[in-house]
Amino acid sequence: MDFGYPVLTILIAFPLIAACGLFFLKAPQVVRYYTMVASLIECLLAIPLINFQLNADFQFVEKIDWVAKWGLQYYLGIDGISILMVLLTVAVLPLCVMCSWTYIGKREKEFHFCLLFMTSAVLGVFCALDLVLFYVFWEAMLIPMYLLIAVWGGDDRRYASLKFFLYTLAGSTLLLAAIVAFRITGGTFSIPELMEMNFSFRFQFWAFLAMALAFAIKVPMFPFHTWLPAAHVQAPSAGSVILAAVLLKMGTYGFLRFCLPLTPAASEYFAPMMIAISIASILYGGAIALGQSDIKKLVAYSSVGHMGFVTLGIFLFNQRGVEGALFQMLNHGVVTGALFMMIGCVYERSHSREISKNMGLGKYLPAFMFFWGLMALASFGFPGTNGFVGEILVFIGAFQESIWIGMLCVPGALLAAAYMFRVSLKMAWGKPSSGKGWRDLNAREWIYLTVPAVFVFWIGLAPAPFFNIIDPSVGKLLNDFDKRKVAAVEAETPMQTAAADVLNVLAGKQ
Amino acid sequence: MNFHLTALVPELFFLALVLVLMIQSLGDRNWQPPVEKWLPFGAGLAFFVAITGFGLHSTMFWGVYKVDMMSQFFKIVLAFGFYVTVLNASRQSTLEDGKRADYYMLLGFSTLGLMMLSSAVELITIYLALELASYSMYAVIPLRAKEKGAAEAGVKYIMFGAVATALALYGLSYIMATQHTTHIAELMNKSWVFAENPMAVVGLSLFLAGMFFKLALFPFHFWCPDVYQGASNETAAYVATMPKMGAIVVLCRLAVLLKPGLEITTILAVLGACSMTFGNLSALAQTDLKRLLGFSSVAHAGYIMVGLVSGTPEGIGAAAFYGLAYLLMNLLVFWIVSRVASDGRNLKLTDLNGLYKKAPVLAFSLAAGAFALVGLPPTMGFMGKFFLITSAWDHGYNWLVITLVLNSAIAIYYYLSLFRHAFTEEKAPTGVAAPDNGWFASAGAGMLAAAVLLVGIVPAPLFDFAIRAGESLYGIVHAVGGAGH
Repeated sequence: MDFGYPVLTILIAFPLIAACGLFFLKAPQVVRYYTMVASLIECLLAIPLINFQLNADFQFVEKIDWVAKWGLQYYLGIDGISILMVLLTVAVLPLCVMCSWTYIGKREKEFHFCLLFMTSAVLGVFCALDLVLFYVFWEAMLIPMYLLIAVWGGDDRRYASLKFFLYTLAGSTLLLAAIVAFRITGGTFSIPELMEMNFSFRFQFWAFLAMALAFAIKVPMFPFHTWLPAAHVQAPSAGSVILAAVLLKMGTYGFLRFCLPLTPAASEYFAPMMIAISIASILYGGAIALGQSDIKKLVAYSSVGHMGFVTLGIFLFNQRGVEGALFQMLNHGVVTGALFMMIGCVYERSHSREISKNMGLGKYLPAFMFFWGLMALASFGFPGTNGFVGEILVFIGAFQESIWIGMLCVPGALLAAAYMFRVSLKMAWGKPSSGKGWRDLNAREWIYLTVPAVFVFWIGLAPAPFFNIIDPSVGKLLNDFDKRKVAAVEAETPMQTAAADVLNVLAGKQ
Repeated sequence: MNFHLTALVPELFFLALVLVLMIQSLGDRNWQPPVEKWLPFGAGLAFFVAITGFGLHSTMFWGVYKVDMMSQFFKIVLAFGFYVTVLNASRQSTLEDGKRADYYMLLGFSTLGLMMLSSAVELITIYLALELASYSMYAVIPLRAKEKGAAEAGVKYIMFGAVATALALYGLSYIMATQHTTHIAELMNKSWVFAENPMAVVGLSLFLAGMFFKLALFPFHFWCPDVYQGASNETAAYVATMPKMGAIVVLCRLAVLLKPGLEITTILAVLGACSMTFGNLSALAQTDLKRLLGFSSVAHAGYIMVGLVSGTPEGIGAAAFYGLAYLLMNLLVFWIVSRVASDGRNLKLTDLNGLYKKAPVLAFSLAAGAFALVGLPPTMGFMGKFFLITSAWDHGYNWLVITLVLNSAIAIYYYLSLFRHAFTEEKAPTGVAAPDNGWFASAGAGMLAAAVLLVGIVPAPLFDFAIRAGESLYGIVHAVGGAGH
């Protein structure tokens, strides 16, 4: 379908152009209205995406040469896996602008510049079909996120922002090496073309490890998760929302887009390890969340657990599991995004994120507590909410794979209910600490909390449209995966090959 | 003697420029117009003359002087670098009035030497051109008023330079004795295996050591941070960029000898790996901005080796392109250093605090420069690094490529602290000169930053030129006047 204009390019470029317009504005209030209008226009620009055909092809494709001599292309397109992420990113932007309306009190221009810049970069990540283009957007998003934490963050922002930057950059350096290796071995940077190729197992082994490190840090999976709570707690409200709703999805999206199609044999080989780490993330994240006294930290650790469900679903390699992973990605974006916005609301009133300072709000802030309760229920997967759809799919996938994996996930779900109830009960009915004089939600807060609430019910009660969008792509992904995972495995023993590789390199060095 | 006047137009124009400077330096200091008033226009014109000469090719002086794609690429780069350094130095506050014309004359002679170096294809010619470029540097470095450190830096540079030169000459004699020629084109067909020709390989290693000194490659880098620190900011901008271009072009020309797998190639690769790791680790601990940039250039010298050891035209093209990227990024950062230190003092990292408020354009440009040096997209530094590693992958030095990408992760910390101090730290130092926030400072920084970003987003035209330059060294000839510009 042709719209007469490059839909995705405009979608990616518009926030950037709008961001440059900020330099000509002065008054903070004008900056806010301007960004709000820009983000709404961005939503309008996403309307042509409803013409997405329900099949597994890449659509809205744009392709021109970038550096012809080196095989670089400006190559964009979306399929069922990425379109939901694109829509999520676009939808989160106006909510972020609204939730920082009064929260951000200094350097407003730069703040909104960062928001818009970041949206561009993240959209680019989800649309890019050229490996180098993907990497460009992947790294470009680091700088605005760093600034969001380092400038507008809490007291410990310097530590948190540095940790975030160093961790993620260190992870992605090897991704670049893997990209180059794909180019030299496969002869192209184009992802759809590389998906058709079969690489030797030895190559897949290393490529998978290099890519998985980058993505696992971004997700974050269990041993690499330590940057996340620090970053979340220190980041301003909008920063946390973007971080949780969109940035973490880039990691799991990377697994789906690169690891499974490009290195199927290695994915199969490493699946037990990835499943084990995922379960560890679920249990560990949940257990640590149970012990937090800081609401934001609690939600941050709950993210580790939720993202564990996503990676678990991906590495089950069955239809339900991957569908569940995609749903969980979307749900986590909606629900955790909303939770962080609400923490922002309550922080603006109490100037504290401690549970003990924000107790007994049920009486004074009933509307707030309604939304909080809803999101908390959705967060641990109460039936009728969107969280249930995602989690049940992952569970079905897990039990299909093996009863043991399924049994190990059950405590994770219980933990999620436990920590969410603990914090919600205290916030609703605890002994009121200081909430007496606070105003309940104002119109702006109503608006930005209603939007995610609608999605909670929509996905929870009528998920069919979403299934229709993702199913063809998931089916194709798994089909290709099943066809190619065995074909590529060589008779050799992988660990020995790997050890021999390392030894050869060391020997070659001397 | 075959001699084509037209093929030498860029050099001749530069020679004329330097001669005018020489006459002015002989004259009275009250001569009008003062050198800063006219020289930027002359240097800008020289840049355009160099661009018009991009398609020239010719061989002269019995085959020792060759005008080809590679030489023209570097002549354009050098002319551009000279133009920017002249503009940068025109506001230098630590230069005595009476020495201004001399200062520019010496810079000009040095650049002329580097231009000739980029065309030299014979070892003795290379040596002579290199000396022309170096002698002027020895005199320029101590030119910093009321600063004892500058004299120390000058002495250090001369001592190290003399030793390196002596080594190179000594190596040259070995090469001549065993291979019986000094023309690179003929040396290309000789054997450089240590078992067959040990003396020649030792000779080449020593000769290369002379180049490594210029490039500040580990372990010939010891002068680098000290000289940057001692010399004035503007001089450091020159020393950090231009002589390195000379070293890179010679290494690019000599790289045709370095087939992957040879002992000498492996030495180069190992030195490159050591250089980047050592440079980056040392830079982590620096608080003086120029020392930090000094160690950063040690690391960058290591990166360039990645392209050179690949032994392909693409690798050499990528190294040349990275040379250009290095020049642009460093000129950008030094431009900001020179403008922030409007009284010519040495900057600490904390001097950058709150720069975003005092001089937003400088701060933004510094961000572009710092992230380009790390190699973050969408800057020229990323493209340069990306081309380097793509050209080197699967040519036997994959471990070097991995070392390079891992080094980016180390390097981010100290480049990020440039950015961090400029954007997130509020506590500005008191009692020091304020940064120059005039139109001149902003326009220069803004344009250099725009160039770094623009070439990062659309690298194809310049990169094609660099690749053709690389191919020309291997005798792959294209029709002139193609996609270069």
